[in-house]
Amino acid sequence: MSAITVRDVWVEYGDQIVLERINLQIASGAFVSIVGPSGCGKTTFLRMVLGQERPTRGTLLLDGAPMPDEPGPDRGVVFQRYSVFPHLTVLGNVLVAFEFAGSRYLSRLTGAARRAAIEQSESLIEEVGLAAHRDKYPSALSGGMQQRLAIAQAIARRPRVLLLDEPFGALDPGTRAQMHALIKPLWRDCGMTVIMVTHDLKEAFALGTRLIAFDRPRIDPQAPGRFGAVVTYDLDLTRDSAVPVLGFSKPLDARTSAGRLPQTQEAQPAQGASI
Amino acid sequence: MNIAPSRIGRLMLALLPFVLIATIYVVASAERRAVNPDDKLLPPVSEMADAVRRVAFEPDRRSGEIVLWTDTAASLQRLALGLGIATLIGLVFGLAIGVLPMVSATLAPLVAVLSMIPPMAILPVLFIVFGLGELSKVVLIVIGVGPFLIRDLSLAVAALPAEQIVKAQSLGASTWQVAIRVVLPQIMPRLIDAVRLSLGPAFLFLISAEAIAAESGLGYRIFLVRRFLAMDVILPYVAWITLLAYLMDYALARLSRATFPWAYK
Repeated sequence: MSAITVRDVWVEYGDQIVLERINLQIASGAFVSIVGPSGCGKTTFLRMVLGQERPTRGTLLLDGAPMPDEPGPDRGVVFQRYSVFPHLTVLGNVLVAFEFAGSRYLSRLTGAARRAAIEQSESLIEEVGLAAHRDKYPSALSGGMQQRLAIAQAIARRPRVLLLDEPFGALDPGTRAQMHALIKPLWRDCGMTVIMVTHDLKEAFALGTRLIAFDRPRIDPQAPGRFGAVVTYDLDLTRDSAVPVLGFSKPLDARTSAGRLPQTQEAQPAQGASI
Repeated sequence: MNIAPSRIGRLMLALLPFVLIATIYVVASAERRAVNPDDKLLPPVSEMADAVRRVAFEPDRRSGEIVLWTDTAASLQRLALGLGIATLIGLVFGLAIGVLPMVSATLAPLVAVLSMIPPMAILPVLFIVFGLGELSKVVLIVIGVGPFLIRDLSLAVAALPAEQIVKAQSLGASTWQVAIRVVLPQIMPRLIDAVRLSLGPAFLFLISAEAIAAESGLGYRIFLVRRFLAMDVILPYVAWITLLAYLMDYALARLSRATFPWAYK
């Protein structure tokens, strides 16, 4: 189980309100795509779930317990860049996750434990199709391969939540398609909740079971920081019909289909200013 | 801009300025000798070779030691101790300041101030506190080089992308594990580079301390024979020190490339 509850969360930097009135129920095992214009707080939201940042107001719960406010092994992450360790080989990058867990002080495994960890790492590397590059350093890999390695690394500890911050943003369309084909079965097999921030709407619709759009519906030209972004669209992508058309969101109380929990006190999505 | 020398051409071009300087020296030395047979300022190569044979292969008449080797051993011991301790201090404190905001808030301003103290200005203090023996010279090198290494390494830690630290934590790493598995290996090439850059200052402090108070050492010898205007000894000594420093620099560069291949791609 790895349901995430966001209850009336505000994020402010001084006078600048970044996010306001964020209320979300993310069901365990959901694949949530987050879209929105640049600077609307998508990444801030992700960093908050990751534990890198704290909400100014409101609470975040992971399975009903308060979200730990520092990054931990229950939440894996893949960034757009700098996600892998340049000083470790492909194998070393995945192995290090097991070494962190198995050896508190030296972070080095020996003997049978090491062999078992290597075996697990190799199967992960194989899963993401990097078996042939096991002993290369990341600098010798292409951007797509580096991201595949980052994914293998992020799921090594079987996190309950996987956070993807524009993971495929820097990749060419062909490689991106390959990555989509890779991530979907991984998500299904691991049963984890995925939150993906992306700029690519097609990607957001193709991968997600739910799509959330952040935007600033109100802008005060005299005080640009006065109003923050809210959830403007919240689309269920699992229903039987075709992908919903932007602008048509289902009535709040009807949204109880698979991968979703009933909404309780969600912020008024969309209907107001922006449609 | 588009014309690059071949391998052999590169070597020839590198040697050219050295040959040129040597030629100018030989010609100038011969000129001065022609005017004044007693000239000591630019001794000819033959006299320098004599002096080298005297200091490097014949035991000293007074002490019975071969002075070049005892000087070299004494100086290198001081340099190695000083640089070694400074490197260790630089690594430990640089890492701690870079990784831990609490340590950084406490120590970074102190180090910033300490690094601005001109080490030569407190040499008398070191002589008074640590005596005229080996310790004060080693401490001078540590004080001269240590703060620079600390600051350089803490900057190197700060330059690591924050994503990597977060990523490590999201893989379950503790602060200690982040420090030794993620940060430490990545700043090692920078540490070696910083030590290479410190070789010059380290030699400067060594020679200065030896010049003022010592019983052996390369700097001591140079300043001793200066009284006799013995350029035939001073110049080979300077060349020898330069060669030693260059070889250390080269060895460190090779070591870094061999040990951390990932940093050079």
